[in-house]
Amino acid sequence: MAHAAGIALGLIFGLDADLLRIVRLSLSVSLSAVFLASALGMPLGAALAVYSFRCRGTLIIVFNALMGLPPVVVGLAVYLLLSHSGPLGALGLLFTPGAMVTAQAILVAPIVIALTQRAVSDPWNAYGDALLVDGASRLRAIPVLLAMSGAGLLTAFLAGFGRAIAEVGAIIIVGGNIAGVTRTMTTAIVLETSKGDLPLALGLGMILIALSIAVSACAFYLARRGAHP
Amino acid sequence: MTRRILCLLALALLATAGPARADSPFITVASTTSTEQSGLFAHLLPAFTAKTGIAVRVVAVGTGQALRIGERGDCDVVFVHDKAAELKFVADGFGIGRREVMYNDFVLVGPKIDSAKLAGGRDIAAAFSAIAAAKAPFVSRGDDSGTDRAEKRLWQAAGIDIKAVGGGWYRDAGSGMGPTLNMAAAMDAYTLSDRGTWLSFRNRRDLEILVEGDKRLFNQYGVILVNPQKHPNVKAALGRAFIDWLVSPEGQQRIAAYTIDGEQLFFPNASPGG
Repeated sequence: MAHAAGIALGLIFGLDADLLRIVRLSLSVSLSAVFLASALGMPLGAALAVYSFRCRGTLIIVFNALMGLPPVVVGLAVYLLLSHSGPLGALGLLFTPGAMVTAQAILVAPIVIALTQRAVSDPWNAYGDALLVDGASRLRAIPVLLAMSGAGLLTAFLAGFGRAIAEVGAIIIVGGNIAGVTRTMTTAIVLETSKGDLPLALGLGMILIALSIAVSACAFYLARRGAHP
Repeated sequence: MTRRILCLLALALLATAGPARADSPFITVASTTSTEQSGLFAHLLPAFTAKTGIAVRVVAVGTGQALRIGERGDCDVVFVHDKAAELKFVADGFGIGRREVMYNDFVLVGPKIDSAKLAGGRDIAAAFSAIAAAKAPFVSRGDDSGTDRAEKRLWQAAGIDIKAVGGGWYRDAGSGMGPTLNMAAAMDAYTLSDRGTWLSFRNRRDLEILVEGDKRLFNQYGVILVNPQKHPNVKAALGRAFIDWLVSPEGQQRIAAYTIDGEQLFFPNASPGG
């Protein structure tokens, strides 16, 4: 354990070029996936809270259940879609970071949708009538409600990011763990474990956890600044 | 909040989309964990890329999966080690121009206590029989890789029907060579490994080589171009350049020059002109 911590510190302070590339790819893939999932999922989640229609209850249950989507299954499905023998093969996305973003966005979207729906429900129940009396349509109420649910959305964002940065099952299938192209923190940890270099694998794991803490801290800092400009 | 999120989204997409575009020519090679994890590719590929400007992207999986990636047209070249499956891959029209590149061998590794008393033996079938007779723990890859298929053939040679074996001493790990070795090290079990992965493996604990040198442990690697007539997206010219380089005197010398702790891992044996 101490040996692993020493390796982790050595890698960080040695500014290892391979490590930097891996860290940058991990962050850009997972952040892109979460932003993509948020851009689609937050309005959708809010709509799910605001509109009432027949299958609404069922949909909410389904999205909550899909929060536990198995990454390997998503990876396999995206692989078959993007494969040259599959329907989207012509895009040439397989074994690229784009494929990894796609897979992670699919994994993260249900989390963002379900948590946003819950976050928006409270202000909707409290102020919904007032918003509608003021003449706003439900559609116009959505951005207002989203703006009121900052803390809940932050939770949705961070839960989604945590899921994306930590998973390996999907990206190792659609990315292929290619050195210098699609190797991320988690796939590198799998590789080093396979090689039996357990201290290095554990050291990388420690760096990954530190990264997650840093992203979470940044998000809280931004959110607080947003709340008190 | 929403506007800030959208701004960040645009930035993040730019950050990922940027470097993916301006790429130099590259090929994708589906290969085995043994060639990647032994460090051979890290030693070999920079020389090829420096000479030709073609980058090689290696997806390292088991031989069975590598061939299926090739069947779907998701790579340009496959570089694997299961001759029977490779010949079938070519016969089925998925690949063309198979060339043999190099060989090494499999080794039977096991714990120092060696409860089945195999150390120093040279007859692999006898060793497998002894393991089964002693019901000593054995970890199998169980992942349809080249090593896994070789192991299954060796059980057959020893006259043991591994599917019918009960008793729990035969463990099917369903994973790559490294995780299988990790598992064998943790439970003091026997396992069959390719020598390349074994030499580069760091977590040996009490494991050591017990049986080696049997002719049946020979492990041939071959390289095949994915058939561009079946999959027009295959970069045939670039892929062929890679194959030609591997079997050229220069490529063969680079393979022979790769050592770990002074021990050579792979032995070039490309047939001239093949």
